[in-house]
Amino acid sequence: MIKIANETVQLASGLSDFGKTVKSISRVDVNLCFQCAKCASGCPVSYAMDYTPTQLIHAIQLGLIHLVLNSKTFWLCASCQTCTTRCPQDVDLAKVMDAVKIIAQRNKVKAKIPAIPIFYRSFLSNLAFFGRVYELGLVVTFKLLTRNFTKDIGLGLRMIRKGKLRILPSFKGALAARMILSKVKAKEKQ
Amino acid sequence: MKYAYYPGCSLHSTAKEYDHSLRATCDMLGIQLVEIKDWFCCGTTPAHSVSRLLASALPLGNLVIMQRMGFHEVVVPCSCCLSLFKSALYEAENEPRLRVELEDIVDGTWGSNINVYHPLQLFSMQSQLSKISNLAKRQLVGLKVVCYYGCLLTRPPKVAQFDSCEYPESMDRLLRTLGITTLDWSYKTDCCGASFAVTETDIVLKLCRDILEGAKSVGADAIAVGCPLCHINLDTRQEEIEKIYGTHYELPILYFTQLMGISFGLSSKKLLLGKHFVRAGRKLEEVMQHA
Repeated sequence: MIKIANETVQLASGLSDFGKTVKSISRVDVNLCFQCAKCASGCPVSYAMDYTPTQLIHAIQLGLIHLVLNSKTFWLCASCQTCTTRCPQDVDLAKVMDAVKIIAQRNKVKAKIPAIPIFYRSFLSNLAFFGRVYELGLVVTFKLLTRNFTKDIGLGLRMIRKGKLRILPSFKGALAARMILSKVKAKEKQ
Repeated sequence: MKYAYYPGCSLHSTAKEYDHSLRATCDMLGIQLVEIKDWFCCGTTPAHSVSRLLASALPLGNLVIMQRMGFHEVVVPCSCCLSLFKSALYEAENEPRLRVELEDIVDGTWGSNINVYHPLQLFSMQSQLSKISNLAKRQLVGLKVVCYYGCLLTRPPKVAQFDSCEYPESMDRLLRTLGITTLDWSYKTDCCGASFAVTETDIVLKLCRDILEGAKSVGADAIAVGCPLCHINLDTRQEEIEKIYGTHYELPILYFTQLMGISFGLSSKKLLLGKHFVRAGRKLEEVMQHA
């Protein structure tokens, strides 16, 4: 219903089921979006997306869960906060994109850009093991999982020569980080 | 003055020169930085892309250790860590139920007096600015620089609470006190694509090309940055960008703390200027010799 008399614009009669799931994670009500497209015009990565951020929000409003989860758009969100900063309705789009990523990963949806969730997993297991990120280890794990061995090898070697990559890992903070990771996991299983 | 210090993973590896130059300039300003004992990673993009709880718990865990060390103010030089620290505090503040869960996870609590500062914020205080201008031995007149703030230092404004979110000026003001000319340009807060550095490199190359092009077109001799992720993309990928797009930039990317150090008379060795892929440049060497 669109009620103009009391000046509240609400699309449809409430949040779609998918919109509710997104809200439960992000606390963001996507129905506040009135499709002005300011997010899409400011987004530095929209050129590479299959749906613009504005279109993705619309799809969430309409409850098009499959279209959304099978899109590239949310994986390609750079989390730069431009959309969140500029939205006239104060819709925190970057949070919505995070929520969709979380829903996709929890439901084991086959990602349109598989390397990105693989990178997240490699990064977090590296964090759990070392406490501070051990870049060389991270790159090796990521390469093994994506089977792309040649990419950026020259760059990596040059960084090692410049002393920009640590050869040996540190384990400082590892215990505390691992504790936090396992407590979060336990809480989320509840 | 004494602050807790959270360098973050990058400043111990890819951005050692930022760590060294920040410590050296703070020393000269009488600011003492005490590293948080056994700090751990803030989780960055992978954490907030996987779990909302984790994204807040990792920074807050570090803040709890800091508090036990007797500090309530921390300096965080990486914009990405900074943004996660600020956002964790903001979320916990605005959602009491989340706060209870987080307190349980990090096994501690935190006061409302906790402050998280980027070094730029620290140096922008009037008392520091006047100290900085007194310490400036070499007036770097003739050097034209664009200040690149990146996306997360000032955004989103309700969380960052620092400078203007679209057209910040704090780094410009700071560098101008050293005699440097800072130029107006359009890419101050544009994104460099940091979170795709390993996965979607093409995006990084395109975004960084736009930034480099913007800097070159206004006639900059160098780009000043305050984030290790912006730095690594603009510096180490510059040659690749030039090759792919058939352009020529040769734009040195310098941490604003290195420029401060140069002006304070510190040696390029102390500031680790040699660590960059793109050489500091003829113009800067000229200025350093004559100033």
